[in-house]
Amino acid sequence: MNWITQNLPYIFAGISVGGQYALIAIGYTMVYGILRLINFAHGDIFMVAGVIMVYASATMPMYVSIPLVILTTVVIGVMIEKVAYKPLRSAPRMSIMISAIGVSYLLQNLALYITGGLSQRYPTIPAISKTVTFLGTTTKVVTLVTPVLTILLVTMLVLLIKYTKIGIAMRAVSKDFETSQLMGIRINSVISMTFLIGSFLAAVGSFLYFTNYTGVTPTAGAMPGLKAFVAAVFGGIGSIPGAVVGAFIIGICENIIKGVGWTTFSDAFTFALLIIILVFKPTGLFGEKSTDKV
Amino acid sequence: MSNILEIKNLVVSYGGIEAVKGISIDVPEGEIVTLIGANGAGKSTTLKTIAGIVKPKTASIIYKGHEILGKSPDAIVSSGITLVPEGRRVFANLTVKENLRVGAYLRKDSLDKDFEFVFELFPRLKEREWQLAGTLSGGEQQMLAVGRALMSRPNLIMMDEPSLGLAPLVVKSIFDIIKTINSQGITVLLVEQNANMALQVANTAYVLETGTVSMTGIGRELLSDERIKEAYLGKTRK
Repeated sequence: MNWITQNLPYIFAGISVGGQYALIAIGYTMVYGILRLINFAHGDIFMVAGVIMVYASATMPMYVSIPLVILTTVVIGVMIEKVAYKPLRSAPRMSIMISAIGVSYLLQNLALYITGGLSQRYPTIPAISKTVTFLGTTTKVVTLVTPVLTILLVTMLVLLIKYTKIGIAMRAVSKDFETSQLMGIRINSVISMTFLIGSFLAAVGSFLYFTNYTGVTPTAGAMPGLKAFVAAVFGGIGSIPGAVVGAFIIGICENIIKGVGWTTFSDAFTFALLIIILVFKPTGLFGEKSTDKV
Repeated sequence: MSNILEIKNLVVSYGGIEAVKGISIDVPEGEIVTLIGANGAGKSTTLKTIAGIVKPKTASIIYKGHEILGKSPDAIVSSGITLVPEGRRVFANLTVKENLRVGAYLRKDSLDKDFEFVFELFPRLKEREWQLAGTLSGGEQQMLAVGRALMSRPNLIMMDEPSLGLAPLVVKSIFDIIKTINSQGITVLLVEQNANMALQVANTAYVLETGTVSMTGIGRELLSDERIKEAYLGKTRK
């Protein structure tokens, strides 16, 4: 009991970070589900959301900046697919992956050019930056808001995919492009929708994530992006619940490791986990067996 | 009777090789028309071209008096043409009901009547409404694929090898269903390797050989044609 009380701040931090990873991980897992593509640029889209927030909040009030950041991030995410992935749709899968890596570096260097490479101070979002005391632990509001918001958004997403027309279309397209077309589904709009949702969640995640840090650098998306990717693989890439569960597990484990005093090894843990999953259960926790038939 | 579909001089090539070399086919409204022929004759390619997912080199495809060549697959579906693809291709990760709903993807009106119609036609699907399509047997999947196509309320239904890989009894029931669908006023364009069954139900038949139409005639008359018997019905000339 004493151990829990002592480590409560770490557990809270873990749940919060887990939620932030989850919001990014969904973008990876949904794009993979539909295009069988690891969108390496996704972590950088998350970073771009942070950079846009820095500049938007410098000149505009919060209630304008936040929607503007979400809108711009979504537009960038959808445009990237149209420009860099769509022309390669019938190309070998490796080509489109290389294109994704190219977009990743493009975004990083664009951010480097714009920010001058210096860490840009991330604005304080008043509503979520206040300090509160919860269960005897002092923490920021964002730590408590993140898991609630994450679960809320994920629930909405799951309902969307389960019950709406576009949701059924997304599941159909993820299984079979050609037959989906025969049903009259416009593949391109379903794919755009996927990138829209992924970028939207990454933008929301960026507010929650960067609030805990002082600044945004051009490579700020790399680490959370990688962690979220590991979470998606851990949960079973292509599965949304899997990505969320994986993200929370990784977030909590990382922070408990920090609490024990092994801060140096917290990143190593995540990547060791990736290797272990790939060796022993490549399909992840909730991943379906690959059913590639001739 | 007027033609619902007229294909003129269809040429399709895959990577420089011509799979279809200038075929012309007329589909009279309200009839069952069949294309028979061996593997690689260009039957499936012809259907996919009509559905808009294969782009031909040259062709003219007139549907109800309008050129539909170059239209997107969704525009073609909403104009009333549907294709039941080869190998059934039901969405295994969707339930039976969801598969049917996807079939009506472009429709905005009520689907109640159509569900009723499909379930009446295939009571087995009604029993398995909430089951994932991947858990159905081959025959049931074929029924679902046909039901799914009917959900778009087509005027012309194209079927690519509906009897492929099914038990003889199931094959018979599939052909009965084809006749039932046709009796509802829906024109059927049927591609088959099972020439015997296809020629029995078809009003008009086209025989395709390596991308060209080698013969055409009334279904039942071709059944007794010596050349057809030899090539497709497994009977040797004495």
